[in-house]
Amino acid sequence: MKKRQLQEILGFNLLRVCMVLVLLTLAFILYDIISKGAGKISWEFLTAMPRNGMKEGGILPAIVGTVLVTVITAILSIPFGMGAAIYLNEYAKDNNLTRLIRMSIRNLSGVPSIVYGLFGVILFVQAMNIGTCVLSAGLTLGLMTLPWTITASEEALKNVPNSFREGALALGATKWQAIRTNVLPYAISGMLTGTILGLSRAAGETAPILFTGAAFYLPFLPRSLFDQFMALPYHLYIMSTQHHAITQVRPIAYGTALVLITAVFAMNLFATILRYRLRKTKME
Amino acid sequence: MTWNPTASYTEPEYGIGAMIIGTFMVSIGALAIAVPLGIGTAAYLSDVASPRVREIIKPVVEILAGIPSVVVGFLGIVFVGPAIAKVFHIPNGLNALNGSILLAVMAIPTIVSISEDALKSVPRSFTEASLALGGTKWQTLARVKIPAAMSGIIAACMLGMGRAIGETMTVLMATGCAQAVPHGFLDSVRTMTTTIAIELGEVPFNTTHYYALFAIGLVLFIITFIVNMISEMVLHKYQKVVK
Repeated sequence: MKKRQLQEILGFNLLRVCMVLVLLTLAFILYDIISKGAGKISWEFLTAMPRNGMKEGGILPAIVGTVLVTVITAILSIPFGMGAAIYLNEYAKDNNLTRLIRMSIRNLSGVPSIVYGLFGVILFVQAMNIGTCVLSAGLTLGLMTLPWTITASEEALKNVPNSFREGALALGATKWQAIRTNVLPYAISGMLTGTILGLSRAAGETAPILFTGAAFYLPFLPRSLFDQFMALPYHLYIMSTQHHAITQVRPIAYGTALVLITAVFAMNLFATILRYRLRKTKME
Repeated sequence: MTWNPTASYTEPEYGIGAMIIGTFMVSIGALAIAVPLGIGTAAYLSDVASPRVREIIKPVVEILAGIPSVVVGFLGIVFVGPAIAKVFHIPNGLNALNGSILLAVMAIPTIVSISEDALKSVPRSFTEASLALGGTKWQTLARVKIPAAMSGIIAACMLGMGRAIGETMTVLMATGCAQAVPHGFLDSVRTMTTTIAIELGEVPFNTTHYYALFAIGLVLFIITFIVNMISEMVLHKYQKVVK
């Protein structure tokens, strides 16, 4: 066998090893959490309050808290994100100002989540005097997801062929009519895919809610948007580092981790199915 | 260098040198693991894998990106930490190495997807020219495609690094957070993000300590901003070259 061929076989197998290592890492993470967390999952675990200093009982307040915060995040980031994307892609002229706006958005999406947390403390908790609560945390996460939503939505709008717009305009439609009837119906699933992926990332974030509303231990559900709340990721953090009986509550931590990744993956899966259906309709 | 804002007998000190060292140490350690694995996987996906295998593996790598950072940190405590303690015979495994391994796991998906895009957008004529001259597929990949896609790959690594520098929960849980200049990867380190996360909840509003934490946030913002700008510029330049 020639040296070159041997080199090729070795090289390709090296690449294969890299790929297998990456897949194994993921498989291991999932296996560890599912195998150790599944035993803890029960109806009671999902629907009961934590009891006895969080050593027993369920994680209902954490589930409710995460759902509430994600809903507020969605209310902030969906309309503003999609609106900004429609403006940038359909209305804005390609000049230095829009280039600056685009560049800022891209850079904002790379800002560390803890910096958003600091910003949330200053703006919502202190300056607007909302206090540490569900609303502040949701707004902070909403700000964090906005750049992702805008970028993904703009990408979806860009993929709509120009002839769609021109067709409507040629028939005498106004610009907004053209966008509403010819552009949005085709772009909407792409826009939603990006938005849902952003929301799933927000739901799993801990750093921005640390100081804006998440609470260590609350044996009741938030009664209004101005209450503090428990959240799944923060609960997992507490259960694995701050609790006084760490080894004793480890099963609860595993259970919480399993619920959290299930929720995040369910959202990702939903987004993937949307994207898949979109691709299918495009091909037809 | 010394960060000791709550000193009671001496003047409080607000130096963030040790944290900056800690942040870069953990991030560079993460890149040392993630870059070879990430580029290897990207090259496998773009040049070795059949289209069907690629269609399966790509979403799987995306799943890895979807795992919340706090879950990764949790695994650092329950699995990676004890494993490191066992291998190196040290009392606990919450140190810079642990943080680097976990951050590598989080940076890999970014590096894979952007590097793969870069490798894919190398013009076909490059590949064909190399194969026509009698190069093997491996030689084409290593000597033509990877150098041609280099700026895209560099941008991918920079973005991965930006993510690693700004990551909070994983390092907070896995690195032990000791306040000292680390001497090696088996020392516990404290990064800028973790200092904010630990202390902001406990300081009184509007004190020097409180503002010092926001100053750390500013430094962090500037560092990630620069890293992201560089990757953006490299990526932009590379897109121009390809066009």
